[in-house]
Amino acid sequence: MSGKTIDKGAVGAGASATGADVPSDWQNLLASMRRIRCFEDLVKGLFGSGLVRGSTHLCQGQEAVSVGVCSLLTPGDALTCTYRGHGAVLAAGAAVDASFAEILGREGGLCGGKGGSMHLADLDKGIIGSNAIVGAQLPISVGAGLAAQHKKAGKLSLAFTGDGSTNIGAFHESLNMAAVWRLPVVVVIENNHYGEYSPLAATTAIARLSDRAAAYGIPGVFVDGNDLLAVREAAAEAFARARSGGGPTLIEADTYRHEGHSRSDPGKYRPAGELEEWLAKDPIPRFEEVVRAAGAATEAELAALRSEVETEVKEALERAKSWPEPAAERLYEDVYR
Amino acid sequence: MSDQVTCREAIAQAIADELEADPDVIFFGEDVAAAGGVFKSTVGLFERFGGERVRDTPISEQAIVGTAIGAAIMGLRPIAELMFADFAGVAFDQIANQLAKYRYLTGGQAGLPVTVRLANGAGAGFAAQHSQAAENWFLNVPGLKIAVPGTVEDCYGLLRAAVRDDNPVLVFEHKNLLGLKGEIPSTSYRLGEAAVVRPGRDVTVVASQQMRHRALEAAEQLAGEGISLEVIDPRTLVPFDDETVAASLARTARLLVVQEGPPGGGWGASLIARMTQSHFESFDVPPRLLASAETPVPYAGCLEDAWLPGPDDVVAVARELVAY
Repeated sequence: MSGKTIDKGAVGAGASATGADVPSDWQNLLASMRRIRCFEDLVKGLFGSGLVRGSTHLCQGQEAVSVGVCSLLTPGDALTCTYRGHGAVLAAGAAVDASFAEILGREGGLCGGKGGSMHLADLDKGIIGSNAIVGAQLPISVGAGLAAQHKKAGKLSLAFTGDGSTNIGAFHESLNMAAVWRLPVVVVIENNHYGEYSPLAATTAIARLSDRAAAYGIPGVFVDGNDLLAVREAAAEAFARARSGGGPTLIEADTYRHEGHSRSDPGKYRPAGELEEWLAKDPIPRFEEVVRAAGAATEAELAALRSEVETEVKEALERAKSWPEPAAERLYEDVYR
Repeated sequence: MSDQVTCREAIAQAIADELEADPDVIFFGEDVAAAGGVFKSTVGLFERFGGERVRDTPISEQAIVGTAIGAAIMGLRPIAELMFADFAGVAFDQIANQLAKYRYLTGGQAGLPVTVRLANGAGAGFAAQHSQAAENWFLNVPGLKIAVPGTVEDCYGLLRAAVRDDNPVLVFEHKNLLGLKGEIPSTSYRLGEAAVVRPGRDVTVVASQQMRHRALEAAEQLAGEGISLEVIDPRTLVPFDDETVAASLARTARLLVVQEGPPGGGWGASLIARMTQSHFESFDVPPRLLASAETPVPYAGCLEDAWLPGPDDVVAVARELVAY
């Protein structure tokens, strides 16, 4: 409870902070990241074809944060995330076809086509939902944490939030309330360095967002968000603290989005070379390197895993595309119970 | 008359009875626990139910409402207090964008049994940021229910019905009525039922909370002149019991709505619009909306009195309707 940020290693330094060991579930972890990457690449294409309405916010490059943290969720835990939330929702176990279908506005979508890209939720899996208002999911996660504390079953509430949300009032109110009530809440800042179109330094007077934990008297942890195992290790510590009554933790995962803010943003405000620098730190090849180095899989086996996942995702998309749009009377349903 | 209690006592009793009846009910807000609420409407709850179920929060209205939402999604039945209704402005996103829309946005995956209590209304000299009748802010946000109790019976009955409801309910408790006396009702309430609180034959007067009592004063005064007002208290604004108003209008052919708060965009105007659209043939004379001045609530006593519709204003408009 020093409030001082614990640094879990410099960004992009080597393959993994945890060395040559790979966990026994490495295939699930890798498959999950590959699934998200393929999903997002396909959503980008769907948008280009005019099949996605409004806007969509893609998370290629941030997969290790979603997967590393969500791999530790257990039934009964609750998850909220941002409108750049496809990755977190898939990592937490939402069905791929129903996720596509929601983004396509189909009846069979996670939310029956009522929410769309920014509003994915699957309560049966504890996915309370992604949220289209910056930071607004955080107070809701405090409430999920209060319910977990009330029920005394060792469950927790996990919230992903963006670097931009650390400047909105709801962030402060939520972190303080979670801390003062010592709730089982874990907040993970996905710091992708841009709040919409603005670089972090233009909007935020400190560089290390996890330092904000000091203001709430809770542990703040900085971690290389492109290192899946480092993310998981940091999250494991925070989860254990939450489940054992030790209160909330603020984790800053340093990462990068390969695409622009939203569909209309080519990301031209980014300095030359920055994207290339981060592509070299792409979390998926980095984790594959860890797997190879540990001798857990051959190049051919990794290629086969990738191909298998991509086939599964493409088939899920074809199913979703074949599903009908919502029936007209659905307009009036679900306002009240 | 030994069973007479005040509205503030009825509110505390309703919360206590819900906490007693259901272990998943929790209650929180600013100064509601140790201090018993700034309006003393929650005295004794903390001592009786303990700090896990009756909690003081930081001054964090967004977090208060959001916490209620998250707790409800995960299976609790929270009651949150926002102290002055005006403070709903601080939590507008959590109420209008989150609380109201969660069920719809998720395709009906969950009900949201959240009760938000807010102290409403003018007349006590709190000036413009602590005196508004804020219920009209939320009329344009489908997904919320809105209760506006005006008696001890309704404060108790509607609050318990709100907590039992699987939808978000905003319960506005009028500050000027907290000392009013009455009895705890023995039957349970349903949201969406208006009450004909004084039968009459000449003018249908629809009024809630403080205005209900002023309309009753006016009715008493006019009875001496042979003008008979039928006073209806809607009790909830969403859902609104149009049928009770329409049935009365069919007999009186005259409609007067008395609303605390400026006239624009309010429940009074909406009610008149619905009645003229659906029951045009019932009207003998044009309907009237008697509302507050189109200004913020002023501080000075004489100005605040002038801002609020009074019994004399109701009398004057009712006479005009009868003489039309």
